[in-house]
Amino acid sequence: MSYPLSTMQRRTVLRQAVAIGGVLSASAALPSLALAQSNPASASRSAKNGLPRIVSVNGAITEVIYALGAQAQLVGTDTTSLYPEAALATPKVGYMRQLSAEGLLSLKPDVLLATSDAGPPAVLDQVRSAGVKVEMMESDHTWGEVQRLVTVVGNAAAQQARAKALLADLNAQWAATQKLVAAARGPKRRVLFILAHSGTPQVSGSKTGADALIRFAGGVNAIDGFAGYRPMTAEAMAVAAPDLILTTTQGITAAGGIDKFWARPELELTPAYRNRVLVHMDALELLGFGPRLPATVATLHRRLLTA
Amino acid sequence: MTAVLSHKGAAVRMPRSMVLGLGSVLVVVSLLVSSARGAYAISLSDLWDMLNSLLAWDAQRSSAELVFLHIRLPRLVLGLVAGAGLGLAGALMQGMFRNPLADPGLIGVSAGAALAAAMAIVLGAAWFPSLSNTLGSWMLVCSAFAGGLLVTIVIYGLAQSEGETRVGMMLLAGIAMNALGGAGLGYLTFLATDEQLRSLQFWLLGSLGGARWSAVALIAAIVAACIAAGLRLARPLNAMALGEAQATLLGVDVERVKRQAVVITALSVGAVTASTGMIGFIGLVAPHCVRLIAGPDQRVVLAGSAMLGAALVLLADSVARTIVQPAELPLGVLTAFVGVPVFLLLLRTFKGRV
Repeated sequence: MSYPLSTMQRRTVLRQAVAIGGVLSASAALPSLALAQSNPASASRSAKNGLPRIVSVNGAITEVIYALGAQAQLVGTDTTSLYPEAALATPKVGYMRQLSAEGLLSLKPDVLLATSDAGPPAVLDQVRSAGVKVEMMESDHTWGEVQRLVTVVGNAAAQQARAKALLADLNAQWAATQKLVAAARGPKRRVLFILAHSGTPQVSGSKTGADALIRFAGGVNAIDGFAGYRPMTAEAMAVAAPDLILTTTQGITAAGGIDKFWARPELELTPAYRNRVLVHMDALELLGFGPRLPATVATLHRRLLTA
Repeated sequence: MTAVLSHKGAAVRMPRSMVLGLGSVLVVVSLLVSSARGAYAISLSDLWDMLNSLLAWDAQRSSAELVFLHIRLPRLVLGLVAGAGLGLAGALMQGMFRNPLADPGLIGVSAGAALAAAMAIVLGAAWFPSLSNTLGSWMLVCSAFAGGLLVTIVIYGLAQSEGETRVGMMLLAGIAMNALGGAGLGYLTFLATDEQLRSLQFWLLGSLGGARWSAVALIAAIVAACIAAGLRLARPLNAMALGEAQATLLGVDVERVKRQAVVITALSVGAVTASTGMIGFIGLVAPHCVRLIAGPDQRVVLAGSAMLGAALVLLADSVARTIVQPAELPLGVLTAFVGVPVFLLLLRTFKGRV
């Protein structure tokens, strides 16, 4: 692993500082100096193939790694990495917003791949300062996000050729899906996404993954008054007048089945309730924004037409 | 009240030097135990080798050494300091209020810090974008500290009447502050986005995970100063245990002692909470344990609570970061899991004294 020039310069400066300075400067500079002198990451490269060892802290990133066939390099995942099933058997570093520096380093990774919502920031700093490359990816709920994900993960895993092939394949799938959605006729259906794994049900306003997904699949989000997920009253739901309720399979299970789900009093005043129009899909498949997105959009589009 | 005022059974209590000696041993043992425990395998013999290689300045550092120096050691120091600060603050509060239920949480210091931290998490970036950009993660620390201090000033101001500090008034004002803090947190929870909610929740559960030398050094300096100042209040607090009028007759400036105790508590709890989040129970349990074993002499209780608090936090954190490795449990959960059984065991053993 080579250092950028600025790091080299800093190293020299720090070495001089320690050589010249007294106890004070030494105590402050020593940590960085020590890091620059020996890089734990280079020592920990997987001996077999020399490819970087990866910890993935996001379900979609983990899916990309499997889609690239790079799972042998995967040494740890977070608790949102539930697909494919093999990912469940990897060591779990905890929830992506509550990482532990020592736990991560104990897996001796070369790269930590995460989305921008991973944290806490102090822990990511610690991991960085121990010589592990930390790649953070922005999430904006677009197709570009998935393309970026594949490229960045491919580079980080040193699997550029496979990433290029996967990207071409996914782009083709996406184009086909877009064509399918564009070809659909008739009025767009008003869709209300309800996130109800436990407790108060939350509905998705703009700037959410669910909102983007509904648009991709040729529907209209029944909610446009706010951004993000919010709890919603029966009256507001009646005003939103969704033709169709979209939710997660996990939400249905948590509610205790479809009948129990419809028993929620908030739903009673909606057209969707009168016609009992409900579509549910696996939460990670639906909101994961990984390589399954074209397939998910196609499925959702079909369900919107037929439900 | 009884625990502080009871003089029964004083004859069988351990002498002061023995308690403090035992306390030091406990702290050293917990430091050693937690040094050698962690997701990253570092044994005690590794530590010994490390100590030798550290003495050679320009030696190549192994990755185990780097992990220990940059991640585990600052964390241990933070745990030591946080536990000592919370333990001392709890002992000071209980001594000053002459009430065994008193706790820094009770007069609203923790609630104020928590509310301010939550505001930084939820509103910080939206309301003060430039400030939150420059301060970064320090924003949270600074707000929590300011929140704790602000509540203390308000409470203290409210409790002043005719040049006296009314303790009962202070407790009531504290309860009000706690209610306000709870409501504020509830409102911020409502405003928060999903991500902010998660950060908020984890922060409220406490963690030593973010320990960095730069922050730890600052907190350690603040808490060390607080401990030094707090220990000097031992004698006046002993006198005040007899009642404020008695203490005044004995030449104690009661008002001054109370003022100092409050400021020390706010400083150490504010600094600790700001850097670790909410770590419950230490401030309540540590002084009780010490009093049960050693009696109500504040010279023992103050120093002993700081030591026991430090040991409890260190031990709880060792468990927190190893039990589900490579993930990590929230520390607040563990302090209760470690502290409560210790407390109950002592209550049972010394039930005659409670």
